[in-house]
Amino acid sequence: MAAGVATWLPFARAAAVGWLPLAQQRLPPAPGVKASRGDEVLVVNVSGRRFETWKNTLDRYPDTLLGSSEKEFFYDADSGEYFFDRDPDMFRHVLNFYRTGRLHCPRQECIQAFDEELAFYGLVPELVGDCCLEEYRDRKKENAERLAEDEEAEQAGDGPSLPAGSSLRQQLWRAFENPHTSTAALVFYYVTGFFIAVSVIANVVETIPCHGPARRPPREQPCGERFPLAFFCMDTACVLIFTGEYLLRLFAAPSRCRFLRSVMSLIDVVAILPYYIGLLVPKNEDVSGAFVTLRVFRVFRIFKFSRHSQGLRILGYTLKSCASELGFLLFSLTMAIIIFATVMFYAEKGTNKTNFTSIPAAFWYTIVTMTTLGYGDMVPSTIAGKIFGSICSLSGVLVIALPVPVIVSNFSRIYHQNQRADKRRAQQKVRLARIRLAKSGTTNAFLQYKQNGGLEDSSSGGEQALCVRNRSAFEQQHHHLLHCLEKTTCHEFTDELTFSEALGAVSLGGRTSRSTSVSSQPVGPGSLLSSCCPRRAKRRAIRLANSTASVSHGSMQELDTLAGLQRSPAPQSRSSLNAKPHDSLDLNCDSRDFVAAIISIPTPPANTPDESQPSSPGGGGSGASSTLRNSSLGTPCLLPKTVKISSL
Amino acid sequence: MLTLEWESEGLQTVGIVVIICASLKLLHLLGLIDFSEDNVEDELEMATVRHRPEALELLEAQSKFTKKELQILYRGFKNECPSGVVNEDTFKEIYSQFFPQGDSTTYAHFLFNAFDTDHNGAVSFEDFIKGLSILLRGTVQELNWAFNLYDINDGYITKEEMLDIMKAIYDMMGKCTYPVLKEDAPRQHVETFFQKMDKNKDGVVTIDEFIESCQKDENIMRSMQLFENVI
Repeated sequence: MAAGVATWLPFARAAAVGWLPLAQQRLPPAPGVKASRGDEVLVVNVSGRRFETWKNTLDRYPDTLLGSSEKEFFYDADSGEYFFDRDPDMFRHVLNFYRTGRLHCPRQECIQAFDEELAFYGLVPELVGDCCLEEYRDRKKENAERLAEDEEAEQAGDGPSLPAGSSLRQQLWRAFENPHTSTAALVFYYVTGFFIAVSVIANVVETIPCHGPARRPPREQPCGERFPLAFFCMDTACVLIFTGEYLLRLFAAPSRCRFLRSVMSLIDVVAILPYYIGLLVPKNEDVSGAFVTLRVFRVFRIFKFSRHSQGLRILGYTLKSCASELGFLLFSLTMAIIIFATVMFYAEKGTNKTNFTSIPAAFWYTIVTMTTLGYGDMVPSTIAGKIFGSICSLSGVLVIALPVPVIVSNFSRIYHQNQRADKRRAQQKVRLARIRLAKSGTTNAFLQYKQNGGLEDSSSGGEQALCVRNRSAFEQQHHHLLHCLEKTTCHEFTDELTFSEALGAVSLGGRTSRSTSVSSQPVGPGSLLSSCCPRRAKRRAIRLANSTASVSHGSMQELDTLAGLQRSPAPQSRSSLNAKPHDSLDLNCDSRDFVAAIISIPTPPANTPDESQPSSPGGGGSGASSTLRNSSLGTPCLLPKTVKISSL
Repeated sequence: MLTLEWESEGLQTVGIVVIICASLKLLHLLGLIDFSEDNVEDELEMATVRHRPEALELLEAQSKFTKKELQILYRGFKNECPSGVVNEDTFKEIYSQFFPQGDSTTYAHFLFNAFDTDHNGAVSFEDFIKGLSILLRGTVQELNWAFNLYDINDGYITKEEMLDIMKAIYDMMGKCTYPVLKEDAPRQHVETFFQKMDKNKDGVVTIDEFIESCQKDENIMRSMQLFENVI
């Protein structure tokens, strides 16, 4: 029921009194009236600004947030009001909708923000009143166009990040759509462009009269007929290239049906079909007329340039968006032409030797006059003809001038949008870099958290780094989630550096691959604390070593030689760490004297290696000296499980 | 004579061009050919699905949450999805923000299907609460829910289904893992799982086998309790 009708209910019920005498049966009893017929004032607190309204006002539209029971989710029992954490300025418009039944669009607010508020409060955009509807739609369309360009630019920017496992087809399609992704694509792009130009120029030059050798009677031949073989070869070559390109595109298209129906593919087909039809159709007199048509169609090859030229696409898009204005122009011109041609024909009918032989003949005069061309090949001679002729030319100017500004404004809007799009493409790169940075920031936060020993139980080690404790609740839960994933898959998150090194290590020793399999460990769904990762301690130590990332590879070698560590040669060290997970890395404990960024994770002698919880005091990031000291205190003897790894 | 010949041919050309344009326009009108490369011009305003949840009292009775908890949950939900429903793309986006390193779309797809109990393509607030209520407050229900997550269609978990899920989970880890992720790590994981769960060795895991094996496994039971406090 409409909003305000509910208020007229008492009047409607009064009408029932008129039926009382006429009723043949007893009228049904009235529904029980609810106890509280009084209306109550609701307080809606939107970000601190209090709005008060009758409950009935809100109940007018029961399929919105405020009118339904959904608002109970936002009810604050302590203060007795409904609290919404939204924009109070926008809420004013929403509330006015309930009061007046018309939704007005604020002029100075962003249309996207307004839309979001509407979506939140459950109001459909169609409710915008007529007074504001036009502006609302225009602004929304503008925004949508801008967003579409943003997406396009983003996709173009995301080009290089195609997953490695993409098929040949996907790679081919990407090469076609973004020529800048690989040199081969770029070469192909330029080659096709060149051949389009060659084909178009050949078409043009074909018709230029060549001065042939003098013959009787001397006549000029167009070049096409003088060198038929040369032009035929050139045409063949171009068509072959175009055919090949079209077939490749067809093969690579992700959705072949959609590709077949798109404009560009139609243009491609139209560009190459005339040649094949010309091959098939025998040269006889009957179909020579069609043959002329086919040669005309060859000029459509020039539209293939629109893949190469942004400007052409803008023009095409403008024309498409002004299609209705162009249609109006055409229609009104046609009407005017017919009217004036008829008038001129009948006005000039009486004259001798007149050019206005028929109404279609007068069309030419009318068009030439209305567009103010005025060739002068047909001129009226009677006075009536001249009068109508002048009216014709004056009205022509007016009729043409009317739709033109609309088309021009459309074009300038689209053109400026494109200029903005180019600027935005540059900004997009910065934006993407920032997004990537944020993503890696999340990961790094997690890695940092792990590095700072946040993964141990809080009961075992009293001193946790401050940074571990001061994480927000959300971060804690997020890190817990990532940790759960690690436990499930028995693989750990690392950063790029470690990964590339581990990758190198894997390629070095084939034995490493065996060790990374987790087949020997019992894994089940949701098993978090299972002993699936006995090497956790050592692995973390390795990662710790890497994430400090301050010491170069060279220093590792140095330390080796200096310390006289007994182990496999330095480049193999990482692989050996991987290969022998359960073996002891008998790094010489004596090397603990080295301050230069040696980080050691001593395992408490009492614990089994599976449960080893290395207490990393003060976090790995803190000075190496403290850890060294600890190690010297903690494990005097060379335990099989003591791991000391010098950082790379 | 020559001009007449050419004139008639020219007129034929014009006639053919006009006919072709008219037929193209007809096809466009019939919707067979699409002239627009980008559909920005479409005035098609998608009918936004707006969904309002059931009353607070009803939800409170149906789930194991208190009123206050429901209010908090709803406010967050409504903020993110003003239309009241989460569709699959939004779901995948949410997950990609939690697991930035890897590709979480496949697993998000499975999760979405598990949450979307009525399979209408959108997760409403009720579905959300129903799922959370099972996950957070009950133990056998959790196992049921997990079984439903793994089982895509027929009531058993086959090796292929499990492999898909396992691959999805491993995809979430991303590329930079330590140790380096091998190609058959998911498959081996599935083998281990089946060894443990498939008691009668018939190649599929039924729900009873699943629940029984999980209840026997101490680790699993212990980790169930980790998710008690999510709010």
